[in-house]
Amino acid sequence: MSLTVLNVIVAVVIAIGFAALNAAYLVWAERRGAARIQRRPGPNINGPFGLLQPPLDGIKLMTKQIMIPGGADKILFMVAPVLAMAPAILSFVTIPFSETIVAHNMDIGLLMIFAFASMGALAVLFAGWGSRNKYSVMASVRAVSQNVSYEIPMLITAITVVMITGSMDLKVITNAQAGGFWHWNIFPSLHSPLMPLSFILFFICSLAETNRAPFDLGEAESELVAGFHTEYGSMGFGLFFMGEYANIVIGASLTTILFLGGWDCPFGLFPGVWWFLLKIYLLIATFIWIRWTFPRTTIYGLLNLSWKILIPLSLFNLLLTAGLLKVF
Amino acid sequence: MGGYFSDIFNGSKSLLIGMGITFREFFKPIVTVQYPYQTIKMSARFRGHIELIADEEGKPKCVSCGMCERACPSGCITLGSVSVEIEVDGKMKKKKVLSKYDLDFTKCSLCGQCVENCNFGAIEFSKEYNLASSNKEDFHFNLLKRLEERNV
Repeated sequence: MSLTVLNVIVAVVIAIGFAALNAAYLVWAERRGAARIQRRPGPNINGPFGLLQPPLDGIKLMTKQIMIPGGADKILFMVAPVLAMAPAILSFVTIPFSETIVAHNMDIGLLMIFAFASMGALAVLFAGWGSRNKYSVMASVRAVSQNVSYEIPMLITAITVVMITGSMDLKVITNAQAGGFWHWNIFPSLHSPLMPLSFILFFICSLAETNRAPFDLGEAESELVAGFHTEYGSMGFGLFFMGEYANIVIGASLTTILFLGGWDCPFGLFPGVWWFLLKIYLLIATFIWIRWTFPRTTIYGLLNLSWKILIPLSLFNLLLTAGLLKVF
Repeated sequence: MGGYFSDIFNGSKSLLIGMGITFREFFKPIVTVQYPYQTIKMSARFRGHIELIADEEGKPKCVSCGMCERACPSGCITLGSVSVEIEVDGKMKKKKVLSKYDLDFTKCSLCGQCVENCNFGAIEFSKEYNLASSNKEDFHFNLLKRLEERNV
């Protein structure tokens, strides 16, 4: 018993470290990537290639004073950033990075990650309501309606994968795709001819779930100052920022596990955790690439995309897969 | 129903085209100037504050006629001159020599009347543009001193 407790503590510490490191350096990667796309160098002053920028930003954020606007709901205001970060870290606990590297594998791991992911919307709502700021409330209302409508196609697509595999255990899902890249869920099989489509659906939904451009209506700098974290400074803002990037890592990990075979290596070469890392960082690079390509959608366009296109398509895919699984 | 699927198809196609464009841009060289470390050469017609032009000996070409001072609509130029006796062909001659040329750049609108009115081609626009300061005195230029500093 004590060994498992120790195990979990070590795992949580590693998860926090991994999340924080990723958050810090993904900001750097994002800024460099954005700069390259816009044909400028990006942060390059502090350290080689600007690599010291993230720790310096961290120091700056941590040394700033915490300001709470007058008339704000203090408890909600303080709880919101923690609530944005904590589920992201908790989700890392059940993500299997390889056959052996997993903090605590659960047979309902997928369900757990979705349960924690939906807490992110709560954090946004708390932040918006607690700030006593018009812009924050408007942004949080938008972000929550967006999260609610994108969780549906995301879950339906995940259910399709769960039906094929017959398990919610992320390890079992990965192992079911083992043995060459043609076994991966992204490629169509007899039971599920529309798998590439559901991969794209899932990817779009995970983009929207992380509130990133082109779906960053919760932030919408050009309309709502800074959206739900308008009133946040210092580490409150820092936690929201880290939470966003940790959520990106989780979204990419989940996409990798469900569709790209997790740690499975494409040609049976050098099996190990690096294949998993390579896949998630490729997906994250695509996230960044998409963010700096497309302008922000309108709220109507966003909800129309979900309710008129993603949900019908994912439902169709679900029914088709269910039928084919029954027939064959 | 036909419109529905063609909308999805055309929309996705345009998104992919957009991503193709940013992908290509990613690998192109950087075009921005790294300002404090790099500066661009100003064009020939750029107007900075005025500057005195030196002759071959490094002395100002200016003969202290004061045309620029009179032409200036804002009164930013203050000229001063002294008479000195110099020997030309064995005879002593009196000559006006520029002793002071102050420019109050806080009032200057860079109209260029001083440069236009100079009959001796003694003043020009500098290419200086890093002129930010929080101190008003930094914009009172002693052009004679600047000329000496340039000669060194």
